[in-house]
Order: sequence, then structure tokens, then C-alpha cells
Amino acid sequence: MFTKIGQTQEESVRVWFEGCEMTVGKGLSVAAALLGEGITHFRNTPVTAAERGPFCMMGVCFDCLLVIDGQANLQACMVEVSEGMCIERQCGAADPELDPALAATANRGETTP
Amino acid sequence: MTKHYDIIVIGAGPAGMSASRTAAAQGARVLVLDEQSSPGGQIYRAIEKPHNQRRRELGSSYQDGVPLVHGFRQSELDYVNAASVWQLSADLEVGYSRDGIAQLVRADRIIVATGAQERPVPIPGWTKRGVMTVGAAQILLKESSVVASDAVFAGSGPLLYLAVHQYLELGVPVKAVLDLTPAKNYLGALPALFGARADFAKILEGWQWKRAIGAAGIPLLTGVDAVRISGEKSVESVDYRRRGEWQAITCDTAFLHLGVVPNINISMAAGCDCHWSHNQACWTVTVDDWFNSSVAGVSVAGDGVSIGGAAAAEAQGGIAALGALHALGRIDASERDRLAAAYRIRLRKEMGIRHFLDLLFRPADRLRVPREADTVVCRCEEVTAGQIRETLDLGCCGPNQLKSFSRTGMGPCQGRFCGHTVSELIGEASGLPISEVGYFRLRSPIKPLPLKELADLAHSSKE
Repeated sequence: MFTKIGQTQEESVRVWFEGCEMTVGKGLSVAAALLGEGITHFRNTPVTAAERGPFCMMGVCFDCLLVIDGQANLQACMVEVSEGMCIERQCGAADPELDPALAATANRGETTP
Repeated sequence: MTKHYDIIVIGAGPAGMSASRTAAAQGARVLVLDEQSSPGGQIYRAIEKPHNQRRRELGSSYQDGVPLVHGFRQSELDYVNAASVWQLSADLEVGYSRDGIAQLVRADRIIVATGAQERPVPIPGWTKRGVMTVGAAQILLKESSVVASDAVFAGSGPLLYLAVHQYLELGVPVKAVLDLTPAKNYLGALPALFGARADFAKILEGWQWKRAIGAAGIPLLTGVDAVRISGEKSVESVDYRRRGEWQAITCDTAFLHLGVVPNINISMAAGCDCHWSHNQACWTVTVDDWFNSSVAGVSVAGDGVSIGGAAAAEAQGGIAALGALHALGRIDASERDRLAAAYRIRLRKEMGIRHFLDLLFRPADRLRVPREADTVVCRCEEVTAGQIRETLDLGCCGPNQLKSFSRTGMGPCQGRFCGHTVSELIGEASGLPISEVGYFRLRSPIKPLPLKELADLAHSSKE
């Protein structure tokens, strides 16, 4: 079980995760902030819908992908929390409707090289 | 108009900071691109936080980063944080994105200092949520003061014990430590101990960590030769085999670690020659004495070449920068050699212990190449070892054909967490040496890049 230690962050920001408001430390990555709140379920994989959460915390593994302020496929460990941020789980493949650029890719059946 | 620099350094860890500082000190126009929000790399992550500089529990070697970062900050250079580099072309053009905007920059020399990443730990259940790397535990601790209580640590190598020791110092309860170092390695590494004698203090420190963990009553189990993670959707237990018997430890978080491997994606995509290191069981970049790669104008330094640790990386960064400065005609050969001498002494000293550590902590074959058919190898596309072996039986002959046959390595991580396992699986099936098997052919963009950013880039370059 993840917890925060030491003195509580002096400055904080409010974010929404799956519609729930939470106050988290300013300057934290989205991944660290959510883990600190005890959240480990970040996404469901596109292939088998398996539940995944952060694995490497350094931008290598892409297991912490979330939808942040409407933009899909963002690495939660590489994005800093900001006031009013709206965070959602990424379920399955990124939803092309959220991003016209992604839709163009999906329509042509292309994927990451 | 594309900006032009004398030297672009990719990465602001020990090697990148040292290289850029050395280059800037000689008056070169230097750009440093780093993916993190602040300099330090993974080893000295978040070191600029005043709070961290007072944290004794992070260990003395962490504080070694303080003067390095300070010197970096004092240097006259352009430093761009939170920059995701997605291209390094053989004609020395670098593409990166920051805040959703892609840019191209050029330089006469490039120094790649991309550091290391965790070695894959392909054991059954390693994709379940609640399983993370020991490196991730360290990052959470340094950057965010987030810790996991009652976690199981499983793996091998100095970082495993450092991390557990840090938890111990902080009073964070640890459920158990499973040491996966093969028993035969202790005997095998013994002859290399003589070469490591100069670093006896480090070996002693490691031994003291181990002793403190045992003394604190944390179960420390050595001689564990197999591990798997059980649980329906997330971690429910870590199962391990010791002396032929399986046991289970209930927990909701497991940290795994089998050492680190060079982060080679940028170097490989640029076309730098690489070779397989048997002792380190990983791909390493082929470089000369000045850390020049096979691509003209591209040097690679630090753990992104082969694993040597932070102090060695710092020395290598300095040497690579001096080599680059000489190539640019900014210093003559005698000046280059004179300035490099201290770095070379330091590097030689650091490499003394390396051979010993490589032999001692080389992960067992069965931990690098999964035996169980249902173990996931490619985390992104969820391809198992069994599926890969079946594909190889069909006549698939190499990592690149394996991509087309099975999608292995084609997810967003672009092989970073399966490439090593795939090379070794193919080596095992074909009987070929790993260097001959090769690696995935890597291409730009080496980090996913929204098409919109690329389109905007084309538009802005026309203007």
C-alpha cells in the first residue's frame, strides 16, 4: 500500500480523477500523486483489457498511460499535476474521437513503428 | 530557421551534466536536452530539492550529485528540461518535443548521455498492477516522498539493497527481501575481487546494508531461484522457490530488480554500432577511447554505453566532451589529453569494481529468458514467451521478422522492456551468438509523437 511520508506538502493543487476531487502535492508527477492517494489502476490494456499501473516511473515502460485533460496516451510519470487537471483512466486503445490526429492514424490502420 | 549549436548533449544525468559543463567551460555553444523536470538523471533525481540534501537515509553517494548539479547550473549553456527527444539523425539533426510543440535543432557534435533503464524482469505475473521496479520505488521516494509499506523486494544487485536500506532508515515496513543472485556467482566472482580491492569500502557498505536489514528482522531470503507474482487483477502474493520448495508471501506491492541496462534507443536509431556484452548480459554501444560511436559526430557516454555507475559516467562525460571539443578544433590534442588525464584516472578506479559486480550480479539465465510459456515478454502487446517460441518454430528468423509475425516490440515502449529478452530468446532457439541475432531495428520517432506536432513542425519550417 502506497503512502506519503514526511511533512505534508506546503503547496497543493486540486485535481479530478475519474470525477473525484483530490488535493495533491504541487510539483508531483500525476503518477506519483495518484499512487500517493492509493490508486494503482491507471489503465486497461488494448489487447486483453488487463489492469495496469505505473511500472518504471521514468518514462520507459508506457504502462501508466492516462487521459489527461482530454488528451489520451500521456505518460502519467512524465506529466506534472496542475490546478484543475482532469484525469481519467485509459481503457483499451486511445479513443480516436478525443484526438483528430489519432483518428487519422486509426483510420489508416497505422500504429507506432 | 533551425537553431545550430556546437554541441548538443542528450540527457542531464551524471554523464550529460559532466559533458555539457566541460564543453561550456571551453566556450562551446551547448544545448542540453533532458526528459526530466530537473537535472540529475535517475541517480541524482530531485537532488536540487533542499529537503533531499538533508536526507541522510538517501545515502552518501546520492549527495555526490550536489556539486555536479551545482556546477551544471553555473555553466553557460542552454538547458531545456521536460524535452522528449524523438529523433537523432545521422546528419546530426535532433528532434524533440516540449509542451506539445515539436522542434528541430542541429549541432556539429552530439553527445548521447541517455543513461540506464531497469533490465526487464520477465517472470510470471510481472505485468500485474502493484508490481514495479526497484528504480521506480527510488524515484517515488526521492521525487515525491511516496513509499509502499509491506512490499516485497525481489531481485539482485546493489540498488536492491540500497533501496531496502533506505526504507529501513525511514522506518517503512518491508515484508521480505528475496535475493535472486545465483549461488554460483559468489564463487565465480571471487577471482575478480582482487581487481575490486580499491573499492573495498563499497563492498563493505553493501554488506553492512545487508546485515542491517537482517538485524532489523526483515526476512532476507538468499538462494531464491524462481519467482512469480500471483493475483487476479493485482498483486496478491509473491511466490518464490528456494531449495526446490515453493512458498508464498502475501503482499499488495512487489518491487523487482535485476540490475540496469543501457538505454540504447536513441543511439541505435541514429545508427550507432552496438554489440552484446556477455558479462553484463545486455546490448552496449561500440565506442572508441574518446567515446566516439560508429556514427561520425556522435559520441555516447555514461551508462548509455555500458553500465559503469554514476562516477564512471561523470568521468566518461568529461572525456567525451574533450574529444568533441578537439574534433571541433576548439582545443588541441595536448590540451585534450591533459584535461582528460584526471577523468581517465577516475574512470580506471571506478571500473575496478565493475567486473566484480558484473560477475556477482549477473542474473540467472532462467530469469532473463523465461521458461514458462505464459510469461509475458512484450508488456505492450502482451506477447508471451510461448507465443514467441512458437513463432520462432515457424521459421521466423530474427527480431524484426518477429515484429511482423507477432507484434512483439511494436507497442509504445518500442521494445525497451522486451528487446533484450527477445534477442536472448532467439539466440537460444537458433543457437546463434546474440551479437549475430541482433536487436529490433529502431527508427525515429523513438518516442511516440502526435501527428499534429509533426504536421505543425513541417508548417513552421516552411515559414
